[in-house]
Amino acid sequence: MSSATSELTQVPPDCEEIGGTPYSGGSVKVELRTLSAADASIYLVLGILFGVVLIKSEVVSWFRIQEMFRFQAFHMYGVIGSAVVVGMISLQLIKRLGLRTIHGETIEVASKPLGRGVSYVAGGLIFGIGWGLLGACPGPIYALFGAGVSVIVVSFVAALAGAWTYGLTKRFLPH
Amino acid sequence: MIELISQPWPWYIAGPAIGLMVPLLLILAGKPFGISSSLRHICAATVPAGIEYLKYDWKRIGLWNLVFAGGIVVGGYVAMHVLAFPDPAIAISDETVSDLRNLGVSNFEGLVPVEFVSWAGLATLPGFVMIVVGGFLAGFGARYAGGCTSGHAIMGLSNLQLASLVAVIGFFAGGLFATHVILPVLLR
Repeated sequence: MSSATSELTQVPPDCEEIGGTPYSGGSVKVELRTLSAADASIYLVLGILFGVVLIKSEVVSWFRIQEMFRFQAFHMYGVIGSAVVVGMISLQLIKRLGLRTIHGETIEVASKPLGRGVSYVAGGLIFGIGWGLLGACPGPIYALFGAGVSVIVVSFVAALAGAWTYGLTKRFLPH
Repeated sequence: MIELISQPWPWYIAGPAIGLMVPLLLILAGKPFGISSSLRHICAATVPAGIEYLKYDWKRIGLWNLVFAGGIVVGGYVAMHVLAFPDPAIAISDETVSDLRNLGVSNFEGLVPVEFVSWAGLATLPGFVMIVVGGFLAGFGARYAGGCTSGHAIMGLSNLQLASLVAVIGFFAGGLFATHVILPVLLR
């Protein structure tokens, strides 16, 4: 950690997304810089907006998730479907118009290749079972905690244990 | 106005608002929308334990995501306590209420079924499975699949990514299995 070079070399080669961030939507190439207070407040405000929407639309509710998996209302499908449509149009516009970030950096969202797809199928199924049981995925876990469902902190720790266990067993799992 | 905001928001307001997170994060922050990587960052920050998957500079890669996640917690508080939540029960369909009653759910007040998802419920088998096993599988599966509902279903599908479509189909199949196979056995 003494220099920028050693920081870079400690990134393991198997973290394919680390050019951007370890997430699923492709990598975004941005100039690396430390987290400024201005940037942090942007992330915080966006998080607050997202948290408010999650609660006010009731998508954090186990009851709504049950309703969805029983095909008994349009609500969840409407939320997820219209979110995808708006996200898709926005992202395509950003790409076509070559929009930049407010810091002037280019926005490049690379696609994540399917490969053999085993991790997406198996990981997806496992995640789905967890989602169906708990009725909440990671975003709603944070929102429910804020909303005062204090026992969700146990689910949060369990989810951390799950993520940690994945890290531990990654090399034995088919991908 | 405040009355409007206090009502539960319909899908055509909430969905587009969630979808707008994608361009807002990209343009204001240069970041891709996603939540579950925060779990990885917290593990990397607290118990890396020499695991290759957790050996990276989490501050540089993931601090933004942790701040975003912290914002969601604050947002949850604001939505519940400042904007008020007038409905004692979520207005789910009658069929769902009837199905869940048949499974033994009797309390429909609040965001979660308090018979199971509560500190008292944690001591029961169904509550333990829902809270602990459900949370564990959601965390494990999200990292195995490389994303959760936000990263794959919203961001990945917005990016027209086949891998995300496969993952989302998996999410849904897993959820159907939990709902129609596991829960009936667990709650009987």
